[in-house]
Amino acid sequence: MKYDVIVVGGGVIGCAILRELSKYNLKIALLEKEEDVCSGTSKANSAIIHAGYDAENGTLKARFNVEGCKLTKQLAKDLDFTYINNGSFVVCFDETDMPGLENLYERGIKNGVEGLEIISGEKARELEPNLSKNVYAALYAKSAGIVCPFEMTIAFGENAIANGAEIFLNTKVEKIIKNDEGYLINDKYQTRCIVNAAGLYGDFIHNLVCEEKIELSARKGDYCLFDKEVGSLVKHTIFQLPNKFGKGVLVAPTAHGNMLIGPSATDILDKEATATTQKDLNMIIEKSRLSVECIPMNKVITSFSGLRARPSGNDFIIKEAADNFFDAVGIESPGLSSAPAIGVYLSEMIANKLNARKKDNFINTRKGINKLNKMDKETRAKLIKENPLYGNIICRCEEISEGEIVDAIHRPIPATSLDAIKRRVRAGMGRCQGGFCSPKVMEIIARELNKPLQEVTKNNSASLLVYGRLGEEE
Amino acid sequence: MKYDVVIIGGGPAGLAAAISVKKQGIDNILIIERDDKLGGILNQCIHNGFGLHTFKEELTGPEYAQRYVDKVLELDIPYILNSMVVDISADKKVTYVSKQDGLNTIEAKAVILAMGCRERPRGALNIPGYRPAGIYSAGTAQRLMNIEGYKVGHEVVILGSGDIGLIMARRMTLEGAKVKCVAELMPYSGGLKRNIVQCLNDYNIPLLLSHTVVDIKGKNRVESITLAKVDENRKPIPGTEKEYKCDTLLLSVGLLPENELSKLADVQLSRVTSGPLVNDNFETNIEGIFACGNVLHVHDLVDYVSSEAELAGYYAAKYILDKKEHHKYLNIDVKDGVRYTVPSKIDVDNMEDRIVVRFRVDNEYRNKSIAVLKNDEELKVIKKRVLAPGEMEQIFLNKNELHDAKTLTICLKEAQ
Ligand SMILES: Cc1cc2nc3c(=O)[nH]c(=O)nc-3n(C[C@H](O)[C@H](O)[C@H](O)COP(=O)(O)OP(=O)(O)OC[C@H]3O[C@@H](n4cnc5c(N)ncnc54)[C@H](O)[C@@H]3O)c2cc1C
Ligand SMILES: Cc1cc2nc3c(=O)[nH]c(=O)nc-3n(C[C@H](O)[C@H](O)[C@H](O)COP(=O)(O)OP(=O)(O)OC[C@H]3O[C@@H](n4cnc5c(N)ncnc54)[C@H](O)[C@@H]3O)c2cc1C
Repeated sequence: MKYDVIVVGGGVIGCAILRELSKYNLKIALLEKEEDVCSGTSKANSAIIHAGYDAENGTLKARFNVEGCKLTKQLAKDLDFTYINNGSFVVCFDETDMPGLENLYERGIKNGVEGLEIISGEKARELEPNLSKNVYAALYAKSAGIVCPFEMTIAFGENAIANGAEIFLNTKVEKIIKNDEGYLINDKYQTRCIVNAAGLYGDFIHNLVCEEKIELSARKGDYCLFDKEVGSLVKHTIFQLPNKFGKGVLVAPTAHGNMLIGPSATDILDKEATATTQKDLNMIIEKSRLSVECIPMNKVITSFSGLRARPSGNDFIIKEAADNFFDAVGIESPGLSSAPAIGVYLSEMIANKLNARKKDNFINTRKGINKLNKMDKETRAKLIKENPLYGNIICRCEEISEGEIVDAIHRPIPATSLDAIKRRVRAGMGRCQGGFCSPKVMEIIARELNKPLQEVTKNNSASLLVYGRLGEEE
Repeated sequence: MKYDVVIIGGGPAGLAAAISVKKQGIDNILIIERDDKLGGILNQCIHNGFGLHTFKEELTGPEYAQRYVDKVLELDIPYILNSMVVDISADKKVTYVSKQDGLNTIEAKAVILAMGCRERPRGALNIPGYRPAGIYSAGTAQRLMNIEGYKVGHEVVILGSGDIGLIMARRMTLEGAKVKCVAELMPYSGGLKRNIVQCLNDYNIPLLLSHTVVDIKGKNRVESITLAKVDENRKPIPGTEKEYKCDTLLLSVGLLPENELSKLADVQLSRVTSGPLVNDNFETNIEGIFACGNVLHVHDLVDYVSSEAELAGYYAAKYILDKKEHHKYLNIDVKDGVRYTVPSKIDVDNMEDRIVVRFRVDNEYRNKSIAVLKNDEELKVIKKRVLAPGEMEQIFLNKNELHDAKTLTICLKEAQ
């Protein structure tokens, strides 16, 4: 198999790059080691589209964040993913913090952030009534937003496929050999050019090819997610004025109407160690209460953690690191916000290098899976008439129908595991966390993919859910 | 379409309520059930022990349910399956979704809520650790085994000693799995005494009281879990951790009445039970909306569900046949160990001659009495050798005792 460009890693960065590359007359593919895209850092983060005042002026972070924040608004419409322009506050609790807040404001202006304003504690509480009375002042960023990171990543990938790209799942890159025509990956995929978007393992992929080695380390962030019942406790994303460990703890609504608090920041050695710890959970609970005192801990529906891929420097690593080998690694926060702009930047760089021209038949839009419970009664009734499976509710908490689950299984990037279904249609994401629907979703996956139920997994092939039929040998 | 009574949920509560409505001479009824058969959660409870009170014999869950399903068929009570109610309004318009009818709104003169309950998930406990496959609520595991017929795990730890967890400890053992222990956060079990004896003791499965899960290991499938002892504030005691190798963690950590729909209809819920607050007619604050079964408060014995639902059906029919206005209520107050009562208030002028009041206590007690105080004076005192949160209690009240009541309180006191 011969390609012009192969992207390694199907996180938000890899998928955004793939989508932008699919605008050109290039034969392209993406290789992802897991059974689905959006299985790494892109699936577990704060899901904030930052305004762009955080990063130092002149860095790649600052540039791509501000650009990405603007691009996301339009992309959400074109590619049909959930995005809400809810605005954010950075709050501080004392007069002596004001220079810090003003500093952020000035940095934001320099970075080109629009709609920034410093407001008093009273004004902030007017806009956000549940904010603590101890909030002294806030930096209000009107351009900040929240997204569904799964929908966003999958939308990029699916739109790329519609434009001729290929995505190979369950394909772990282990070997790269330089040859006359470019690179040979895993003795199978020949390509002129490689984009390294392997997230936490960006160092491994880089070091397979480049003389000068890099190292990425993992820093874990734990979160608690709350029931929709308290999803409107805050409308804006509430940050605390950053300290030396990052952005502090945030309290934010999610794009689907839950509430999120977190993250912690703990350095870990094992890049797969996504276990939450009591210590981190306690810390985020305690700190979040500084911003919003009435955080209702009895409404937590799940906790989770995500791992930041930290480079040794302070900025993203986005460059041609060897001939026709491009790094897009060390993409910590604000990576999600920056993804659209990184995609544009790298694809232009690569197109130049390969002398590729833009297609004139590029399909600019993509339609997501129907969301029946978000539709008006007439449309919903009409759809059920066309496809009765839309009338069979499987996930009762989120009110997701069999039709939506079947759709997810047969999309351009097929959902084949419980988690993949959950990320696309939210079956199992609600307050009972799949207690009732997971056996049914397993059955539907088995039926649609024509395989035994015991082969349906939670995510990768080792995450077995059941061990065969009762009374039969395994 | 217009109906006299619409019943939401075709579990034991919904079925008994429907039968009772019909027996009062009302025919224009509809049971709406989202599953593909009637019977509710009992369909997956294939063990024995149902119906001792109602039928004086030991039935399995499906057998017990079948008796009511047969009655529904015999009485020709209309029902629809695979139909999920997604909205109820305070003026009793009920909207459901199904393959055959799409999105359909019907009107009812009275609505009976019988949606049952759901299990509390891991998240509600905020247990730290990994999030691999192999963590199930006990009811989900029960469904996977009993309905789908699959092996859920080989080596199992169960957190929570609720009845479903206890039943599953035995069920998994019988299917060849090794259940290492059942850990319970509280110093007492949340399940029925008989289940502890028959499901744990008979199989030498240890019950570790005052213990909880403090860590879950395993990136793909569960590999081990760590238990620790907890202090009197239910906080883990450092140094008491012990790791158990296992591939499965079952959670039986409580049930929650499923009242999302009730909220849409502005039905007022109890903060203790999470179920609707009802009067002695099982009527909620919204006139003509009634509730019974696990949606009202979680029951341990289905027999009580059936008898309660029968009453709710009776009152719903009476509401349609001879509408009585309720003007004055006597609240039932609780204190000293009693957590709540169902009903929570009585219309003494219109009440039946004798009613049953059910409730739960907040701790394990020995040699206490249940006291009913009228106008702060003892009306009756019932001596109890053992009281436990896992067992529902009941007392009877007579109309002729209450006509001069200004206050009514149910509480525990030291036995004489
Ligand atoms: C706690 C936390 C909070 C965050 N909050 C925000 C936020 O609010 N806003 C924001 O803008 N950003 C945020 N970020 C940053 C953002 O999540 C990341 O920058 C972004 O998700 C990185 O995407 P990625 O595609 O580089 O990495 P990943 O999503 O990790 O994708 C890399 C992919 O490569 C695959 N892969 C790895 N090795 C191989 C191999 N050998 N072969 C094939 N495939 C391979 C992996 O399986 C994975 O799918 C946060 C990050 C964390 C951890
Ligand atoms: C997993 C589990 C195991 C149990 N095991 C035992 C046991 O071993 N022994 C015992 O004595 N008791 C057991 N119980 C308690 C037992 O469930 C109750 O005693 C009894 O079944 C409650 O009856 P119900 O009708 O109130 O609820 P359910 O039996 O839960 O019935 C409710 C019905 O309503 C339907 N429904 C809910 N919402 C809607 C909607 N929106 N639209 C349409 N239909 C809807 C549901 O599908 C269900 O069929 C168990 C409970 C659970 C949850």
